[in-house]
Amino acid sequence: MLAKRIIPCLDVKDGRTVKGTNFVNLRDAGDAVELGKLYSEQGADELVFLDITATNEKRKTLSALVKKIAAEINIPFTVGGGINTLEDIEILLESGADKVSINTSAVKNPQILADGAKNFGSQCIVFAVDARLVGETWKVFLNGGRVATDLEAIETVKRGVDAGAGEILLTSMNADGTKDGFEIDLTRTVSEAINVPVIASGGAGTEEHFVEAFEKGKADAGLAASIFHFQEISIPHLKNYLKDRNIAVRI
Amino acid sequence: MNVAIVKYNAGNIESVKNALNRLDVDSVVSDDAEILKSADKVIFPGVGEASTAMEYLRERRLDEVIKSLTQPVLGICLGMQLLCNYSEENDTKCLGLLPYKVRLFEPDKLKVPHMGWNTISDLQGELFENVADNSYVYFVHSFYVEDGIETVATCDYSLKFSAAIQYKNFYAVQFHTEKSGEVGEKILANFLRI
Repeated sequence: MLAKRIIPCLDVKDGRTVKGTNFVNLRDAGDAVELGKLYSEQGADELVFLDITATNEKRKTLSALVKKIAAEINIPFTVGGGINTLEDIEILLESGADKVSINTSAVKNPQILADGAKNFGSQCIVFAVDARLVGETWKVFLNGGRVATDLEAIETVKRGVDAGAGEILLTSMNADGTKDGFEIDLTRTVSEAINVPVIASGGAGTEEHFVEAFEKGKADAGLAASIFHFQEISIPHLKNYLKDRNIAVRI
Repeated sequence: MNVAIVKYNAGNIESVKNALNRLDVDSVVSDDAEILKSADKVIFPGVGEASTAMEYLRERRLDEVIKSLTQPVLGICLGMQLLCNYSEENDTKCLGLLPYKVRLFEPDKLKVPHMGWNTISDLQGELFENVADNSYVYFVHSFYVEDGIETVATCDYSLKFSAAIQYKNFYAVQFHTEKSGEVGEKILANFLRI
């Protein structure tokens, strides 16, 4: 049976993880490759590296990092952050990324999803959508949640899938950082509206939150950052918890 | 050991090379007929689209080279599908080494592509030596090879399909050995021992 995936997300700046971690058993907790490897050994099903560097040298640094990750890690990984052109996608995939996650530029211009899917296959094109509840409507936000748009989230996701996105990384800005649980209604609505996998993101605080995301939210994968980095939840423990709740997980 | 990876317009060549490096096995990526023919083992990887890949192979006469190989060959993902007769993906005539049709999963039943970790069972043969039934491996594909008599591993996704095939010297897996953690490494190592 297809397993539900557990995905730790690592924020990377200038080739190193930021926001800190709590791992005492790592030589260098800031080293993105080392942390990724540790998660992989603990049973993470996939990794997401989100680049938040904002320099001109960025592309070079990032592709060098991606090469190192690809050499060391034997599970799939996604790279995102500031992807604007087909060339950006090509460099990352050629460096060894399995998928790229595209957010702002794909909302502004879904053609990049179409071009990416046509050239490299939709399986490697992840459309990342940040949504916030405005009144009673889920609206799309850009630039890491800083810029509001008038676009309705579910329609935007559907347009992205029609354009060629092979997976949706759906983040609730309302839930993000709260540790109160994933946004279940939004996740389920999106998951039922499209025929590609949905990664639920934002709000994970307990193991039960993942159960809710999978069972009620119909998510295909659950993504989290700080709860893993600060060892509030360990991946092996989470997976055993899910297994005891009869959710298919890879152990 | 001398391992060659077929160089063509497929997306996961570097990943396969990386996986071999992790096993301390050197490999060469090549589209040269002599290098491919003289290798001890040949890996035919693949992420991409069937008709574009076949066109590329035919233009460079790599189709004939692959068909003529007599050493153990491992097709991965699209590489497995291209070893078959025909693919529904853009109505493509493939290499015809395996007498199967490659079909599209019905999108109204489950999400397509079939993406993520799924279990393999009915494991047979040297590829799966010391691999436990129901082990998880990583799949990403929208098309599948039917379950048939040469099938040496099956997977279930709305229907039972062929997760691996072995016919003469041709071995093929639908999942990505190079991205399937320790299980994938074991299967790759098993292939290299054949």
